Amino acid sequence: MTPRQRLWFFAVAAAGLVACYLWAFAGLPGFGSYPGPYGQEILRQAVAQTHATGVVSAVNFEYRGFDTVGEEFILFAAAAGMSVVLRRLREERATQPADEAESRTVPPSSGAVRVAALLLVGPTAVLGWWLASHAQASPSGGFQGGVILASAFILIYLSGEFLTFRRLSPVALLDAVEAVGAGGFVAIGLAAIAMNLPYLDNYLPLGTIPGAVSSSGTIALISFFVGIEVAAAFVLIVGELLDQTLLRRRSA
Amino acid sequence: MISAGLMNTLQITVLAGVAAGATVVVRTRTRVRQVLALSVYGVLLAILFLVFQAPDVTLSELTVGAVVLPIILLLAIAKVRKPDQ
Repeated sequence: MTPRQRLWFFAVAAAGLVACYLWAFAGLPGFGSYPGPYGQEILRQAVAQTHATGVVSAVNFEYRGFDTVGEEFILFAAAAGMSVVLRRLREERATQPADEAESRTVPPSSGAVRVAALLLVGPTAVLGWWLASHAQASPSGGFQGGVILASAFILIYLSGEFLTFRRLSPVALLDAVEAVGAGGFVAIGLAAIAMNLPYLDNYLPLGTIPGAVSSSGTIALISFFVGIEVAAAFVLIVGELLDQTLLRRRSA
Repeated sequence: MISAGLMNTLQITVLAGVAAGATVVVRTRTRVRQVLALSVYGVLLAILFLVFQAPDVTLSELTVGAVVLPIILLLAIAKVRKPDQ
């Protein structure tokens, strides 16, 4: 096939694609129109049914709680897989970064970065913790809260030393928290089965005031477990990568 | 409340900003700069989600897209770049 033939071939194919694209584009529903009845129905009933004013949390941890279990274990498997792949092998010895400070050209972090990171640690941790533990009233729930909580630990690393980060987030503790978080979610669901209810049914009292701390039953509880699981998983992942980058490993 | 016309203008502006940001990320050829551009792009996407009234996705995008993903990429680049052993 000569280049000229190839160009013609491309022109015909491209014209066909453009035509199909424009045809599909003309048939799209209007901007912002939502043809599904399910969303409207949930918006109408969610607060009365679950006593959670954060309807996103009600959807995530109640109406489609089973999907969220699956998503939870995607992250769990990712963190576990990372720990396995990056584990320290028997013949490997980690050396302290200080040992080789001369040979490396890592610039020290600037004072501005350290101070800014240090100032942000507290507010970030509080925001993450609040989002994770108040899913029934906050705009989001455990996942967002957990990631924000994890970024507080990343700020600790930025504001100080890698070893401070490690001392504040020991791997054994992170492993345990991650397992408790993922297991807690599943256990809450199984407890419903033990009471002859459907899996993940909301069997706890919903409280009288929608959105209050004690309202929404299992939604707030599940969000809490998701929060600690996600926070531990992200700190584990970033910690493993910092380990890989900052500590040199050598075969003994 | 913000009027509907202003909201539409805001949405179109943010959409254009996201398209421009994505182009910048693809066109940046230096790795570290590309990661920084990606981080800024994450913030743009977070603003997009906020403007389209999805605060929960905003928070996820802000932390995962603008903080955690760039850090993972920077660490990977640092690891690859360093002459090891």
